[in-house]
Amino acid sequence: MTEQNDKNLGRRELLGRAGKAGISIAAAGVISWRLYDREGPKTGVDTESLVTLPDFSVLDKASQTISIVKGSDRVKTVNKAIDLLGGIERFVKPGETVAIKPNVAFASPPMLGATAHPELVAEVVRLCYKGGAKQVYVTDNPINDPASCFTLSGIGKAASKAGAKLVFPKDNLFKHTTLTDGKLIKNWPIFYGPFANVNKLIGITPVKHHERAGASMSMKNWYGLLGGRRNIFHQDINTIIAELAMMVKPTLVILDGTEVMMTNGPTGGSVEDLRRANTLIASCDMVAADAYGCTLLDLKASDLPYLAKAQIAGAGTTDYESLKPIFAQVR
Amino acid sequence: MNRSNQYSRRFAKSPIMRIVQVRRISQAFFFSLFVWFCIVATVGEKLWQLRGWPVNWFLQLDPLVAIGTILTTHTLYWPLLWALATIILTIIFGRFFCSWVCPFGSLHHFVGFLGNRKKTAAQKIQLNKYRKAQCIKYFILVVFLFMAAFPSIGVTLQMGLLDPIPLTTRSFNLVLLPIADRPANLVSVTARFYEGAWLILAIFLTAVLLNLVIPRFYCRFICPLGALFGIFGRFAIWRIGKNQSECVNCKLCERACEGGCEPSGNIRITECVLCFNCRQDCKDELISYQTKPSLAGEITNPDISRRGFVLSLAGGILAVPAVRLSNKLGSNWYHKVIRPPGALSEEEFLKRCIKCGQCMRVCPTNVIQPGGIQGGLENLWTPVLNNRIGSSGCQLNCVACGQVCPTSAIRPITLAEKLGTDEFADVGPIKLGTAFVDQNRCLPWAMDKPCIVCEENCPLSPKAIYTEECFNTVRDGILTVKKATDNTVEVEEAIVPAKFATGDYYCAVEGDERRKIAENTENTIVISSGEQFGKIPAAGSKIEVQVRLQKPCIDIEKCIGCGVCEHECPVSGRKAIRVSAENETRSADRRLLLGSHSAT
Repeated sequence: MTEQNDKNLGRRELLGRAGKAGISIAAAGVISWRLYDREGPKTGVDTESLVTLPDFSVLDKASQTISIVKGSDRVKTVNKAIDLLGGIERFVKPGETVAIKPNVAFASPPMLGATAHPELVAEVVRLCYKGGAKQVYVTDNPINDPASCFTLSGIGKAASKAGAKLVFPKDNLFKHTTLTDGKLIKNWPIFYGPFANVNKLIGITPVKHHERAGASMSMKNWYGLLGGRRNIFHQDINTIIAELAMMVKPTLVILDGTEVMMTNGPTGGSVEDLRRANTLIASCDMVAADAYGCTLLDLKASDLPYLAKAQIAGAGTTDYESLKPIFAQVR
Repeated sequence: MNRSNQYSRRFAKSPIMRIVQVRRISQAFFFSLFVWFCIVATVGEKLWQLRGWPVNWFLQLDPLVAIGTILTTHTLYWPLLWALATIILTIIFGRFFCSWVCPFGSLHHFVGFLGNRKKTAAQKIQLNKYRKAQCIKYFILVVFLFMAAFPSIGVTLQMGLLDPIPLTTRSFNLVLLPIADRPANLVSVTARFYEGAWLILAIFLTAVLLNLVIPRFYCRFICPLGALFGIFGRFAIWRIGKNQSECVNCKLCERACEGGCEPSGNIRITECVLCFNCRQDCKDELISYQTKPSLAGEITNPDISRRGFVLSLAGGILAVPAVRLSNKLGSNWYHKVIRPPGALSEEEFLKRCIKCGQCMRVCPTNVIQPGGIQGGLENLWTPVLNNRIGSSGCQLNCVACGQVCPTSAIRPITLAEKLGTDEFADVGPIKLGTAFVDQNRCLPWAMDKPCIVCEENCPLSPKAIYTEECFNTVRDGILTVKKATDNTVEVEEAIVPAKFATGDYYCAVEGDERRKIAENTENTIVISSGEQFGKIPAAGSKIEVQVRLQKPCIDIEKCIGCGVCEHECPVSGRKAIRVSAENETRSADRRLLLGSHSAT
């Protein structure tokens, strides 16, 4: 009887083991079958993961595209300039989220004019909240160390104080994009995260001399959206700036010519490099804004090939006069 | 009980051949086959050359290669399907691979036998006992598996460091074969060199010599593949075991136990390598290969502690971020990591390369070398091009490396893809990097010496190297005219006879075009026959001896980084023209040019 029991036990054990072995073999087979790759690895562009920046522009309003305000107080001039275009209500609707992209490229103090002025950035943040914005983000992908740039430029503190949320360029916020009809922006990583889910986008940048491009203004400001080894684009600076103007369709740009960096740009480094021009431009057409802005650097629009390229690409007009700019002065 | 005993006794002493003899034949066969595949991995059409020999077969049979790449890439590259056969056989029969197929195992087996054959039975039993440290191999396996599987900041395939098949392939191909072939050069026309191969040899020798301490040291304590087989063999239908619970306890069964698996007592199934020595050595024939568990009891789980498992798991998870702190995949990438043509982008490459060295073995020019750790720990023994070794850089019309890569870390590209012809005309040729001229070392640029060997050897048409012509006045080359005829000038200064007679030197006279110098004595310069001065230089006036130089320049749009120029550069130490991996096709972030390519 016990021998019979042993036999049964042995048989049961074997069957159990055979079952497990069978399951293991089946699992190995299924896994192999499911993961079987006859082709081998592919190279080339993964078009499925490409992103496209949304269009943030607002509807045109005749004769309310660009305003140019003279004055030395940025808070006053920017309020006036936006008022002249129809007020902040035209650009920010209640409950909307807004991304502000100031030029925070360098770890440099505000007095040197290499970065957007903190007072100006803070005032635009306040204006957005006044217009009913739910959340305002201030973000850039600077050239120098990001945290230092936001700190030393004063923008970090000023914007936070005004209620904005700072967004730093973390790795996971970059996605690849390809610009339709673009020559250079092909499968290139851009700082996409902060702009993916906001309703509006405002660019703020000072007028600066730029050794390679001639001038760095509102179009060049979008260089901050490029990730990767973006400096290779300096081989064709005019095309890349024009492509940035095609890629980014902002709600509004604010070009600050209160103090203009006349030389030694785009970093500056001395107050000697600055000249007071007491001019602030707000514009829905950044090509027009830059076309006017370059006059503050004693340049003509034709001196900056990227302006013509952007115009041909349909990003705006270099003939700002045709837009009937609204001029004003504040004290 | 009695009947089955008789049956097993009859089977044990099969009149035809004992099973250990069959095992030895199998080991000899597979070991010879392995060596043969190493020898024939030579580009060529002779019988002993590559032709169609399946030189990757052992690597394809290796389930660690298949499972490793599955974990990193989530695909099973088709040639690795062979591993499924190994896995199925192991699930049914146990760790047969270790004692019947594995070339490294056979080597250990043999060396361990040789080294310990004079010992007494008691000493041998002591040598082959089970040791707690045999669990280390499982921890090694877990570390490697988690490095491959856990998506922290990336995954990496590092099993090849210790996986016995890549290890043995690498050791034979990059160390033993070149040493053996050195005196006669039968396998390769010229001597083969592999940078840092001493380390590969040191590890190989250490592993082999440890058999003198404990037989099959590597298999028992280190081998992650053996550990994997141990786990797969847990449910084996047939296993070694006692067919009777009681015995005289002579322990002779453990005398030659290759796995150290304690067949005399509770046999450890995961450690048993199916050498069948116990069955051979049991005088009472109480051990058999049977479907029922050993009647003396068996242990089917690896002897690993929970703490050890958790620690090795954590180690595997931490290892990748720790290694990548060096940022060798980011901005701190090492410019000398020039990968062979068809290599995947670095991150994908590291998911597949098993450091087997097949590409380095097959490369006809010997330019593919085992990488060092300057490119990061992960770069160790991965293929990099060193144009100073080998016969001539990366040969233009060769794609051998991708054809033998067992995991497609180097894709099996066609010549058309490499050269950017036919359907690849739009994408252009595959660039491995870019050549840069070092103007401080280049003979024409820095030393006023004509050269342009690099330009001549650039294999492209049109060439990626072009030259700028210039005429430089040589040192002490401003001379005072004593007297002159229409084709000779006698000068005040002493000059080295025949120094300017090379055809590269010219005599420049103010107000006349420069004339090529045909010969010179210690005070006379003769210009080429058939030429004469347009204006005979006046006595007391100055003439200049100039050298015509062609200074090499790189057309970066064309250069493919093949390295022939670097290889040929006569400045033989630190070359005056050097390739580095900038602008390589496989990396988008190492581009140097706009719109040159759009790799991922």
